[in-house]
Amino acid sequence: MTDLHLPWLEASILISLIGSLIVSRLRDSDEARRWTLCFSGATLVSSVGAWIDFHELHVLQADDAWHFLSYLVGRELLIVDQLSAPLLPLVALLFFLTTLATLRTKIRRFSFALTLLSEAIVLATFSCKEPWGIIALLSIGTIPPLLELINRGKPIRVFAFHMVLFIAMLVVGWWYVEVEGGAAQRVHSLWAIVPLLIAIFIRNGIAPFHLWMSDLFEHATFGTALLFVTPIVGAYAAVRLVLPVAPDWVLRSIGLISLFTAVYAAGMALVQREARRYFCYLFLSHSAFVLMGLEIVTKTALTGALCVWLSIGLSLGGFGLTIRALEGRRGRLSLTDFKGLYEHTPALAVCFLLTGLASVGFPGTLGFIGTELLVDGVVEAYPYIGIAIVLAGALNGIGMVQTYFRLFTGTRYTSSVSLQISPRERFAVLALAALLLVGGLAPQSNVKSRFDAAEEILIERQAVSGGPPVEHESEHGHDDHGEPVKAEEHMPH
Amino acid sequence: MSYDQIFHALGLCVVGAPAVLFTILGLSSLLLYRSLPERTITRISQVAIMTGLVASVAILAMMLALGRRHVPIALGTWVLIPHYHFVVKFEFDRLSVPFAILTFVLCGTIGAFASRYMHREPGYNRFFVLYSLFVLGMIVTSLSGTIETLFSGWEMVGLSSALLVAFFHERPAPVRNGLRVWVVYRFSDAALLVASVVLHHLRGGGDFDKFLGSGPWPDGQALVTGYEALVVGLLLLAAAAGKSALIPFSGWLPRAMEGPTPSSAVFYGALSVHLGAFLLLRVSPLLELSPLLCFCVVVLGLSTALFAAIAGHAQTDIKSALCFASLTQVSIIVAEIGLGLRYIALIHILGHACLRTLQFVRAPTLLQDRRILENAIGERLPRMPGFWERKISERTRIWLYRFAIERGYLDSFLNDYIVAPFLRIFQWCDGFERRSTDLITGGKSRESDRTEPAPGPLDELL
Repeated sequence: MTDLHLPWLEASILISLIGSLIVSRLRDSDEARRWTLCFSGATLVSSVGAWIDFHELHVLQADDAWHFLSYLVGRELLIVDQLSAPLLPLVALLFFLTTLATLRTKIRRFSFALTLLSEAIVLATFSCKEPWGIIALLSIGTIPPLLELINRGKPIRVFAFHMVLFIAMLVVGWWYVEVEGGAAQRVHSLWAIVPLLIAIFIRNGIAPFHLWMSDLFEHATFGTALLFVTPIVGAYAAVRLVLPVAPDWVLRSIGLISLFTAVYAAGMALVQREARRYFCYLFLSHSAFVLMGLEIVTKTALTGALCVWLSIGLSLGGFGLTIRALEGRRGRLSLTDFKGLYEHTPALAVCFLLTGLASVGFPGTLGFIGTELLVDGVVEAYPYIGIAIVLAGALNGIGMVQTYFRLFTGTRYTSSVSLQISPRERFAVLALAALLLVGGLAPQSNVKSRFDAAEEILIERQAVSGGPPVEHESEHGHDDHGEPVKAEEHMPH
Repeated sequence: MSYDQIFHALGLCVVGAPAVLFTILGLSSLLLYRSLPERTITRISQVAIMTGLVASVAILAMMLALGRRHVPIALGTWVLIPHYHFVVKFEFDRLSVPFAILTFVLCGTIGAFASRYMHREPGYNRFFVLYSLFVLGMIVTSLSGTIETLFSGWEMVGLSSALLVAFFHERPAPVRNGLRVWVVYRFSDAALLVASVVLHHLRGGGDFDKFLGSGPWPDGQALVTGYEALVVGLLLLAAAAGKSALIPFSGWLPRAMEGPTPSSAVFYGALSVHLGAFLLLRVSPLLELSPLLCFCVVVLGLSTALFAAIAGHAQTDIKSALCFASLTQVSIIVAEIGLGLRYIALIHILGHACLRTLQFVRAPTLLQDRRILENAIGERLPRMPGFWERKISERTRIWLYRFAIERGYLDSFLNDYIVAPFLRIFQWCDGFERRSTDLITGGKSRESDRTEPAPGPLDELL
């Protein structure tokens, strides 16, 4: 396997881990934030380096250079491939911007050490293709939010119950897969598949296993809840653990249940009376979109789902940061009245609209083409029921503008202190907005890279589950209308 | 320089001018701490609109001089992967060029009017940002050569319209009405998106020439079967009904009058409200394949016209009366399209849009105009009973009056039979989730229940 030029993956994880250790020793919150920003920034640089390095190599997957970890554990654990390459900088960026946009009033409540630890765990999860490694990392990843809930004296039963069930189902499911011959075995019993399915449903918040997510948003700090859900590690687990071993009918069932969740969560978002809960259901609806596209296993739907994954990571990350910034000024935000915040923070209002519109796939934003592809793929797979995805998209759009009106319009709120957006917050939301617009206006490279990743996923699934071989269409040419052209048609006469 | 290159350069100017305008105004409000001065905003708007107008008139002149009826301008492939492509292509033909020129003329007029009407208004910059988004959306929609491009422009028009209805956002009524407009538009957009997906599956792409034939408008021969034309046509009719406020979506149009008069004039009186009719004109070759579809279009048009004519008679403010008058004409245009009278429909749109814009911008001075008229004739304006007033019994007239004043009960119908049951179902689900988490937690599980609505300024003072 090809090696990266530098040990970017190990470096990014190690920087976050060391940072977490150092920051946990600091007592001064201001100092802790400064150091967290340094470590998180270095991690971002390292993960962007991994992405660029991988992109320049033009290979399907690559190992870290120098193989420190392989030397220690005896096997290659950290790998970057088409799927994970852009997810690593996405995760690092979300953690960096969340830390950057944390207001001074919130820094005592927000645990920077646990944030860096979570970052290391999520980066390691996305760099790992070993099933047991992923299961271990997903399990460890549930600990930082739990610790925060305990430290803050909040109720933990709902979160703990779901996470324990999630871990147990993952372990049982994969243990059965191994007992039945491992991932190389074509057919697995329901004893292996059903626990894995339940685990994936829980982590992705698919109804009726989604209660932990709204509970987490209720009790944890907004930053912690946001960073625990926005990378959508549950979808990564689905790709690595379920997709290779599940038969087609199981995947189609997951797709249908996800479709139901997308509509259900979009409807629930409309009746929420508080901003955090609204965000939670909006996110649930979108993450169900991603899982639905992943489980349809056609190139169009998979490409759409992978594009939407990136776009909602950025857009809902920015959307969440905007709500968090408003919470920092007004406390928990009721949606039953008009807040009148526009005149105080017009920039936040614009960012709220921009990120919200990007999340629902508004033209000119990163989510537009992904949503189109996803809708195309879903309607192809489920010709009549699939139209429900359009309904879910419409409801999400309605909910987003309704919330915008609730928060920013109404009689101007009078305040004795300035509620203007701070330069740090401004930088954070503008950086995300810029990425969403640039990615939306020049989508080809992103869509092409996600198409390549979709092909790789399908080929890996094919290699395990059999069936007709999947061709690398991206290596062939295609005419101006996207129809594939055979290789010989490209040859010079 | 060949003619094609000149067409390409002019086409770029037509689409690029509003795009540059929106970019400048949008970025300045996002990045600068202070908005641009009013004079600068007005100048930039004037330059952009004039550039677009001159370029589109030049294209029209060249098309007439060269005898070209159809000039496609491809700006490149935006996305290209196997089995999917997104081509940014614009079509200049007998339908799109007049519509683009109409857009520039009316938007230029209203831009000049608004620069005075909105002078020193706190939201001056916001108005022009939304205005520029609207112009861009209208131009993209009218010139689009693929259904995906049309959808993009369609969404821009929808968003700018909803936010402009809620322009005076200190008061709750405009905001509620803006949300109502947005809700209807979202369902209209959803219908258009589904139609786009269906076309993708039927013809492998959303290019108009792939399913409407390559002949210049209106002579194209649709390349789908009658049944396919009916399915896609009904979806497009639903999209058009939402955008043009046809039955049962007519309730949003009078609500849209909460916005500033310039936006009411150009959006809901002149351009935006005609977009549904424009869409039906664009896909008119589809209508030819399905008599049933044509029948539906005619029935929808005529029934909306009848409803709007009745409702318009009972309105008590000038903007509402004008919007129902506008709806009556739009519905007649839709019926004309269903009857296959395409050129008449196009001419009807152009004439009606110009007349209605004039009436809307004169609306704030209605009382003054009336006084001038009465002073000129030296007595009150006579009020004679109309033809129907003499023919219809009082009981029927009262019933019709109630029907008209309640705007056909359309909003009540949608509220009672669609919105309310929908919300009740999800509120019940929310309650069920609350009970479930309470059960697991062993007590109250929702901190958000303690979130009180924010106190108003007076409450805080007390």
